Amino acid sequence: MDFDLMVEVTPLLIRAAWVTIDISSRAIFFGFFVACGLVFLQTFRFAPIRWFARGYISVIRGTPYFVQLLLVFYGGPSLGLRLDPITCGVVVGAFNIGAYMSEAIRGSIESVDKGQSEAARSLGFGKVQTMVSIVLPQAASLMIRSVGVLAIVLIKNSSLVSIISVVELTYQAQRLIGSTYKPLEIFTLSALMYIIIIYAVMGIIELAYRRATRYTTQ
Amino acid sequence: MSTEQSTDTPMVEVRNVHKRFGDLEVLKGINLTVNRGKIISIIGPSGSGKSTLLRSVNHLEVIDEGAILLDGVQVNRPDMKGLAFERHINNIRQNMGMVFQHFNLFPHLSTIDNVTLAPRKLKGMDKKTARELGMEQLERVGLAEKADVFPNWLSGGQKQRVAIARALAMKPKVMLFDEATSALDPELVEEVNRVMRSLAEEHMTMLIVTHEMSFARDVSDWALFMDGGVVVEECTPDKLFSNPDQERTRNFLQKHLGNNH
Repeated sequence: MDFDLMVEVTPLLIRAAWVTIDISSRAIFFGFFVACGLVFLQTFRFAPIRWFARGYISVIRGTPYFVQLLLVFYGGPSLGLRLDPITCGVVVGAFNIGAYMSEAIRGSIESVDKGQSEAARSLGFGKVQTMVSIVLPQAASLMIRSVGVLAIVLIKNSSLVSIISVVELTYQAQRLIGSTYKPLEIFTLSALMYIIIIYAVMGIIELAYRRATRYTTQ
Repeated sequence: MSTEQSTDTPMVEVRNVHKRFGDLEVLKGINLTVNRGKIISIIGPSGSGKSTLLRSVNHLEVIDEGAILLDGVQVNRPDMKGLAFERHINNIRQNMGMVFQHFNLFPHLSTIDNVTLAPRKLKGMDKKTARELGMEQLERVGLAEKADVFPNWLSGGQKQRVAIARALAMKPKVMLFDEATSALDPELVEEVNRVMRSLAEEHMTMLIVTHEMSFARDVSDWALFMDGGVVVEECTPDKLFSNPDQERTRNFLQKHLGNNH
């Protein structure tokens, strides 16, 4: 192991790790809105709107993230959709995680006991008020962990955006290896950085989960 | 409390109510009147339709035929659609307190917030007034000291008493009890019964679906035996429990009392 080299390249990798964090967090943020939109579309009475949302989710879940990325980045321009690599990474990430997240959100809303909305309705709450005051606060605590797992998968998958030459952690590592020929040192370092990011996120999720469910333990 | 009003005027009227789940008709033309300040108990085997009937009064089940009235206002309105009906039913429900077998307290809210949520959100009551009202209701069920704990920390009996306080905070015209003590350990039943008795003493109008025969006998002014989606027999509780006219009622009581005593 060439430790001097590792010390030397660490700042470069840290800077690239910030790009990974930046792309991923923006994708997760926008993905949440995509997910909420998909959940909302599935509540429509007009069936074609529901089919559209279901179809979209099926396509995203049925194709690899890698292919989605390549399709939008290289195929998009033929349809007039030209995105710079970072924007493309964020957009594809958001629309990808959005599909999975919508399923997690829908599942957690559905797993709130039906008696909860019955009790609220019996007091005179309307459908929307019942959703906002009673169901969603409980669903939110149920969905934290499953959404957290999806976020972690997305962060790991963000290494794939290196293929469209976004200078994030994996791309930077490959670049450094090209000039130093030290794959063991550099990939070890980048793996360590992923671990730090992932475990930090897991810690945040766990804290959020405990905070959101403290009413069950007190 | 509307204590001294005439007890001859109907508070809840159920007129020829039919309810089907697919091919299964669970209510086959039910008629029932609960007068102001009166207490009516409904007993019967499971699957007899008694819970469905109670839930229909609150429109948690949508009836297929017939009419249900609360204080002269029709609850089910097949002629109303969409938002208009939503507004109508929300108003009606604010006047009906419903207590469920499984309590259905809101676990993410403290006891006091469970009680004050509806008055605050639906009646626009300010926080301070709502808290006073909430504490008053919690005292009524003997749980003022539990105001700031979450429901998960309460026993089943305490949960149900909070659920009763929650319903009372809306100052309902009638209280509906759907097997309020069925999910409780036997030693916790009495504390809930005690609260219900005190409501009876305050002349609260109540419609009670129950398995507690002796409680029903003590507290009610009128008792119904339901089986197979019809009211088999109705009379004073003393007569129903000691000397019923119908064979089916006798069989049910024999089996039920036989199992319990």
